Amino acid sequence: MLYTDDAYTPHEAEVVEFIKDHRDIFTLRLKFTSPELDAKYSFRPGQFNMIYLYGVGEVAISIVNDRNHQPGRFEHTIQVVGRITKGMMKLQTGDKVGVRGPFGTSWPLMEAMGKDVIIVTGGLGNAPLVAATEEVLRNRDRYGKLRVLHGIKSNDWLIYEDMYERWNNSPNTKVMMATSHEEPINNGKWQWKKGYVTAYLSELDVDFANSIVMTVGPEPMMLAVAKDFIKAGVKPDNVFVSLERSMKCAIGHCGHCQLGSQFICKDGAVYSYPACEKLLAVKGL
Amino acid sequence: MSHYYFVPHSKIDRIIHYFNENKYKCVAPRYMEGGISYAPINEANDLPWGYIDEQKPGSYKLTKTDKKHAFGFTVPTASVKPMLFKAKENVWKVKRDTATGKLAFEPVVDVERIAVFGVRPCDLRGIEIQDRVFQHNSYNDVRYTKRRENQFIIAMNCNNSHFNCFCVTLGDYPRADKGYDLAMTEIESGFVAEIGSDKGRQLLFHLEIEAATGAQVEHALKAIDNAAEMQHKQLPPIKEVEAKLMANLEHPQWDDVSSRCLSCSSCTNSCPTCFCHTERDVPNVLGTETEHTREWDSCFSIDHSYTHGETYRENPKYRYRQWLTHKFSTWRDQFRTKGCVGCGRCVTWCPVKIDVVDEINAICETS
Repeated sequence: MLYTDDAYTPHEAEVVEFIKDHRDIFTLRLKFTSPELDAKYSFRPGQFNMIYLYGVGEVAISIVNDRNHQPGRFEHTIQVVGRITKGMMKLQTGDKVGVRGPFGTSWPLMEAMGKDVIIVTGGLGNAPLVAATEEVLRNRDRYGKLRVLHGIKSNDWLIYEDMYERWNNSPNTKVMMATSHEEPINNGKWQWKKGYVTAYLSELDVDFANSIVMTVGPEPMMLAVAKDFIKAGVKPDNVFVSLERSMKCAIGHCGHCQLGSQFICKDGAVYSYPACEKLLAVKGL
Repeated sequence: MSHYYFVPHSKIDRIIHYFNENKYKCVAPRYMEGGISYAPINEANDLPWGYIDEQKPGSYKLTKTDKKHAFGFTVPTASVKPMLFKAKENVWKVKRDTATGKLAFEPVVDVERIAVFGVRPCDLRGIEIQDRVFQHNSYNDVRYTKRRENQFIIAMNCNNSHFNCFCVTLGDYPRADKGYDLAMTEIESGFVAEIGSDKGRQLLFHLEIEAATGAQVEHALKAIDNAAEMQHKQLPPIKEVEAKLMANLEHPQWDDVSSRCLSCSSCTNSCPTCFCHTERDVPNVLGTETEHTREWDSCFSIDHSYTHGETYRENPKYRYRQWLTHKFSTWRDQFRTKGCVGCGRCVTWCPVKIDVVDEINAICETS
């Protein structure tokens, strides 16, 4: 939505469903209460909303598509990391929050058509790529092979289990997970390995020269994934990451999200790897 | 008709009266608590007659002389920024129905009609730079936009520069180029004035004044040249500075300057172009209403780069580098203007006398 007048003030949204995913990770299914916004709202995979909790403040969270594909509905998977997210964990169905968005750049789903698509995520980095993966699956014949690589510390940190099972059972799609801290427990639904996701590189049956890699996770992980996949033959221009910095306004006014000349909130958060490689290499930039 | 007009000091009260009639709050530099700062004025006597200032690194001193000049000082303590982008203000409110939990969001747009009598050319350039941040940008701030529409600007060209001034080496001059309703230069017993807009034209028409004489214009232009000649600081051409700063992110000078810098934010607070802010919710105790405020922040604050668990610029060296490279380099990529206007306030108000010009030269010369 383009804000013509006031991009600061949130709009009321309702918690249609509160879902506890695991430990301190939960998902809010939301919709705008105003019928006009409910009808108009849409987002592109990779974008984020600012979600406001009454009396506490706003946080930037990636948008996940509604699990029931209802128009106007959208989801946010959130981990408790501070005051605001801690308060949000107490939300219940019917509660009201404030929402502004969508903001930022999106995943290159047009550019990925005709190519093999490799989704590589670590920890809660899987949430920002759910909508992108679902869009590939909804238009399956426009894309090549789909490989979803996900890294977690141990089986204890697995969320979205049903979704991953559905993905692994989709045409020409494979889900591969790696546990870095503990031996994996094979649930029989997809491939498992001990170690990091990049350990799957040698057995990935894709055309690297004609692949797009989209990756989200801790910064060192994204950088390692980018380097390893480029070494394996993926063109640097076809590797995409999603960066994260402190965001208070989401509209390029508060200055907190800057990385060099980039306002991550509006010039990103999705970047091609060459566009941010040099910036990420400078410590403390 | 002429390009230049002469407005005698005796007409200042008529200017103030004109503003009041047209519903403007008239604000001008005034002597306040040992400094020259913007405040409302009611009559010509309220202006800081006879005051001159001496600004050096980490030093600000005022002296009252008996010269009959109202604008003998150089730059006021603060720029015009706090009038357009307030230091602290309410941006929206939420009312909450405790029975249903319903939230009613309401934007807060507090706009005053302000006529500023006496905006230095550097501060005027600062406003134009902030127009790119808050108005002519991907998103605008509705408060800033409305305040700009309701602003009347009388620019005041400079008769003097202070020790820390450096607009000239940045490629500017102590004379207002554009963006003013009227621009004035003070000479004996009055001001030589130029029109910059229809609003300015209407005010001059109302004052019933004469065209300036050739001698008056000569004095005015000489005074401005005198101000320019007083400046001694030198920098390489700005495009060279912009390139060299980003090419030297590991230069030893960053360690040197950060060993002196206190991260006190005096520089960002006094700067006409700095725009970082933080947002805060201020709920009432009943749980029925909360105000969402926006207040100035600084890239020097320890939590500026805090992002759930990680502080990217914990080391003060990274924070000083962020400020200087943003102001003098990446700003160009973001806004297609330079970020600094050379007002020198950051040097005047630095408690440890850091001079940005010296720091930039240290990096550019040995890069």
